[in-house]
Order: sequence, then structure tokens, then C-alpha cells
Amino acid sequence: MLNIVVCAKAVPDPKETSNIRIDPVTKTLRRFDIPLVLNPLDKNALEGALEVKEQLGAHITILSMGPSEAGNIVKECLALGADQGFLLSDQAFAGADAYATAYTLAKGIEKIGSYDVIFCGMASSDGSTEWVGPEIGTFLNIPVVTMVKEIVECGGEWWKVKASLENGYRLMQVKLPALFTVTRELNTPRILSFSGITKARKKEISQWGINELGVSGESVGLKGSPTTVSEFGSKESKREVEIISGTRQEKAERLVQRLADKGVF
Amino acid sequence: MNGFFERVHSGYFKRQQAFQKNQDEGGNSEMIDFTFTEEQEMFRKAAREFAETKVAPKVAEMEETGKVSEEIVEALGKAEMMALTIPDEYGGLGLGYSARLIALEEISRISVATAMMLQVFALGIEPIVKFGNDEQKKKYLPGLAKGERLATTAVTEATGGSDPTGIRSSYKKDGDDYVINGRKCFITNSHIADTINVLAKDEKNPKAFSTFVIEKGTEGFKPTREEHKMGFRGCNTGELALENCRVSKDQLLGEEGKGLRITMSAIGDVGRGGMVGCALGLQAACLEASLKFATERTLYGKPISALQTIQNKLAEMKIDLEAGRLLGYRAASIQDKGLRSSNEFAVAKYFTTEAAQKAAKIAVDIHGGYGCMEEYAVSRYLRDAFVLGPSAGTSDIMKVIIGRWVLS
Repeated sequence: MLNIVVCAKAVPDPKETSNIRIDPVTKTLRRFDIPLVLNPLDKNALEGALEVKEQLGAHITILSMGPSEAGNIVKECLALGADQGFLLSDQAFAGADAYATAYTLAKGIEKIGSYDVIFCGMASSDGSTEWVGPEIGTFLNIPVVTMVKEIVECGGEWWKVKASLENGYRLMQVKLPALFTVTRELNTPRILSFSGITKARKKEISQWGINELGVSGESVGLKGSPTTVSEFGSKESKREVEIISGTRQEKAERLVQRLADKGVF
Repeated sequence: MNGFFERVHSGYFKRQQAFQKNQDEGGNSEMIDFTFTEEQEMFRKAAREFAETKVAPKVAEMEETGKVSEEIVEALGKAEMMALTIPDEYGGLGLGYSARLIALEEISRISVATAMMLQVFALGIEPIVKFGNDEQKKKYLPGLAKGERLATTAVTEATGGSDPTGIRSSYKKDGDDYVINGRKCFITNSHIADTINVLAKDEKNPKAFSTFVIEKGTEGFKPTREEHKMGFRGCNTGELALENCRVSKDQLLGEEGKGLRITMSAIGDVGRGGMVGCALGLQAACLEASLKFATERTLYGKPISALQTIQNKLAEMKIDLEAGRLLGYRAASIQDKGLRSSNEFAVAKYFTTEAAQKAAKIAVDIHGGYGCMEEYAVSRYLRDAFVLGPSAGTSDIMKVIIGRWVLS
């Protein structure tokens, strides 16, 4: 049976982005002030795995790195239909950049053992580096396709996928095992169901720290991060107000023209 | 205690005895825990996602047409919302009444009409769960759990509702069959229900009432007038006519002559409990809309939420919502233990529906002129709030029930 790993991240609820704070000392995001939710693009990644499971049969493992509160989002993934979950949680993992995060997740995947496909969201809604997926693939030495918007063929040893480009797509043929980062175009994620939640009661979530992963504290978290954020700057956004005059017809035409000039259409 | 009462309430008494024994022995000496479990929090999330993605896009259409959205009914079935209180051996989820209250509150937060429709599906399901024999349960419940069949309960008539003994619909025995005549009014889901529990009185004995499960399409049974309500638009309410409607003895629910207890016990616990869910959702919606408006609307150079008078209004809504949730979920937890909860739900129903009316008025007040515009949801909230009151018993009737409880 196909073994699929889905990397899932707990992120501050994007609906409450106005409340996100930056820690002035560590320059990392302070996530605890607002509720954690499943990263929106990871929902697409999980949905992709679930659709493959429905089509071919598969065993889906959720892997997440984060504080113990992130266990809730692993549980949510199990309620949505994944089969087992692992949470990598250790004080030593805190403050990880994309590289250290990818390293830790790759170690987790190695410990899980068997895998054919790894799905990741293209980016997280908080960090938005888009690096973690490709870096996991690099650590595991497997092919990576980023920005997958359609799985064209998935029956055999080789998968065909369409990856988004700015003005189109490229059709890629990839040999498994492989890692795919997905875009929101891939699918419409299903919503939680009451029966899914009750079925998740029997599904296991294991928690691993540095000892279980067999990694040193120096190679993970803030200490294992080669990149640091030295400064945050806010972007000023200004609103321009323009009153469009004329008859109703003229106003509509001028409005459409102005929007077209601004590149909205 | 007579034999019938003991039989139909055997589950209730067994659970009550087990609970009491547990308490007496000091085992699980329950501390009062006001937190939802992790699973209940996930139920809330599931219900909220459902309401926001499946119900919200249809609200405007329902307001415009006043008609039930078939897409919403189908989505409710797919999301297993009708299965919540049906035991798993009959295709349900068996999750109980706290889970149901969570679902209703979240759906009502988006559409009170949809929550009302759903709550009355359960009101039609409950008598079969509690009083149906095994054949009846096997026949009706799996389809009702999947949403393939829709349910309601028909008690109210022009001459009786809160006083069900005043109804005039009657039945007479004819061999192994019963022939029913009468007219029901203000029946929620009247035109969409496939399985209807109908209360009627014995033509020869006005003190004997029986409940029959009637299926849509039965000869002599038909929905007639459809009401046009000021609120709950998108939730069907109407009249049912029974003209020499012949049903078999297999459609008799429980014991002949004991039907009053069957329908009233469902209305007392499930009906009032459902209204609490509808009211809590509306209270929450009023507070959310008001908070949003108050933080965006600028007056005297700052958001009106900075004005103490507006803060007082928001505080009043918050106090009522918190208190209403405590009353409602406490009653639901009592119901989940298999204990009688109709009095506790009467208190919660009175409080939350009154609070919802108050919250809707405050919400419109905070919105000022905008609150009178149909583009703003609060105008709908105000109309919906005033339909909450009489549904499943007016506030005055709740006080009568609570008064009797106090004096008992």
C-alpha cells in the first residue's frame, strides 16, 4: 500500500493576522497570543493525500513540528481522514528557521520509515518562505516538485503532475519516492465531520523530541538555524480616494477603465 | 408508577439509578467542570465550518424567497447533522445532546432558519428513538440519520398547542387500522417532512391521546397552507390536513392512549433544547456583528466602541450570552446523563430567547440607521429573534412551567 506523509503546520489563525506580534528579542513570531489552526495550504496537501487514498488506497501519516498545542491540528488531520500522527515537540526545536525545520521534519520522516509520497503545503501562512518542502526533499535526497496544482496520473511508480508557473503550468513526470508542495488550486479541502472526529478517537498521535529523533540540540531549533531575522520593517499602505463623476453609465465605464489601468483585471 | 410509564422510561431510570449509585458511592464525585472537551471543541469547529461554507452562501436566497434550500437540506444530511442523536445501531452517531446543542448554536449563528429546521428534524426523530419498537426504529431511523428522510412532529392546532389536550384531531379504530381526521397548524417542516409524528385523540375517549407515525404521500394526508413568516425565512412552516387518513397499527408509536406523554416529552427536552441552541447562535451573531460594526464605525473621530455607552451595550450582550450558555449546556449535560431536563430547558429557553430578542434590539441600536437596512444582517436578526419566542412555547408558557416546577 502507498505510504503518504503529509507535513502539517500549526499557524496563528490567518483571520487574526492583525494580532500577530513579533518578538522584539528573538525576531520570531509570537504565536501564542492567538489560536493555532492548520496552515491553509497544508489542508490542500492533506486533501490531495485523502483523494489519492480514496482512489488507490493509502496509509496517511501526519507529521508536524511545534509546541504541544499543535497536537490539536494533528488530531484535526486524523479527524479529516489521516491514519496516524506524529508531533515533533521539544523545547530544543523552538525558534527553528526553514532549514532547521526541514532538517527536523526529515529526521522525523526517516524515523517513520517507509514513505512513497510526501505532501507539503507550498508555504505556511506565517513564515511564507516556501523553502521547507524543497529542503526536506534535499535532506532525504528525493525528487521535489513545487507548486503542484493537479495530479494527472498517480497509479504507478511514476507520477505525472502539473506544476504552476506564473503564466501557465509545466507537466512533470516524477519517480517515487518524491515530495510535492501543493497550491490551493489542487483541490477544495473537505471540512471536518462529526463522525470523522469520533473515528479519530482510536487513532494514535505519538510525540517525539530530540532523544527519540536521535539528533543533537545544536542541530535543531534556533541553534541549528543558519539564518536569522535581524530586523522587521512594516510596510506602509496608503489608500487613495478618487471620486468618479458623470452619469451612472459614465461612472461605471470610468470605474472599469480605472480598474483596468491599475491592472485589477 | 404504572407499567407503561416504567417501560417507556426504563432506559431513563436505569441511567438515573446508575448515576445516583455512582454519586452515592463517591466514585467519580464530579467536580463542576465548565470546560468543553477537546472533542466538543472540534465538534464546534466542524459545525462552524459547515455553517460558514454550506449555509452562509444560501442565506440571502432564503431571505429573498422564504423557501427551504434543497442544497442545505442535502448538505445537512451529508454532514450527518440529522444523525447526532440517533443511536449508532440505527445508523446514527449517538453523540447526545451537548453535541447537538453545539451544532445548533453554530448553525444558528449563521442562519436561525436552518438551525430551526434541523432542531425540528430531531424533534421528529426523538419520539421514535425513545418510544418506537425495534421494527419502527429499524424502519425509520437509518433513513432519517442519513437525511434521506426528513422528520417532524405535529401537535399544534388552532385549539391547542401549549395545552395539547385542546387539540381536536381524532382517530377511531377500524379493525387493525386507525382512521385519523383533523388539521394541524404552525408545523415546522410541514411540507418537507417524510416522517411525521401526529398526535390525535380517541374519538370515543377525549382523555386518550395516541401518536402515529405517518409517511408523506399517505392517502388522506397532505400539507396544505404554507405560512409566510416575518423571520426564520428558509424554514418551512405550514398546515397539515388529515381526512380519513388510514394508518396501520404498526404506525402507532408506543401504547395506544399514551401518546400525549410521547410527544410532550420530546417537546420538553428536545424541542426546548433545540430552541436554546437557536437562541444562543443568534445571541452570538448579534454580538459579533455589533462588535465588528462598533470597531469600524467612526464617530467624534474614533470608533464608537471607544464610547462607554456602546461598551455597556456590548457588555450586556456578552453577559447574557455567557449566562445563556451556562444554562443551556448545563441542561444538555443533564439530558446526556439520561436525566429529565425539561424544567432546566424551560429556564434556559426562557432566558436565551428573551436574551436573543434583547441582543437583536441592541444590535440594531448600535448599527443606527444601518441596522434598518436589509443589507445588514442585524435587521434579519431582529425579525428572527421575535419568532424564537413563541416557537416551542412562549416565554409566558415557560414561566408557567417553571412556576409549576418551583411549586412541585
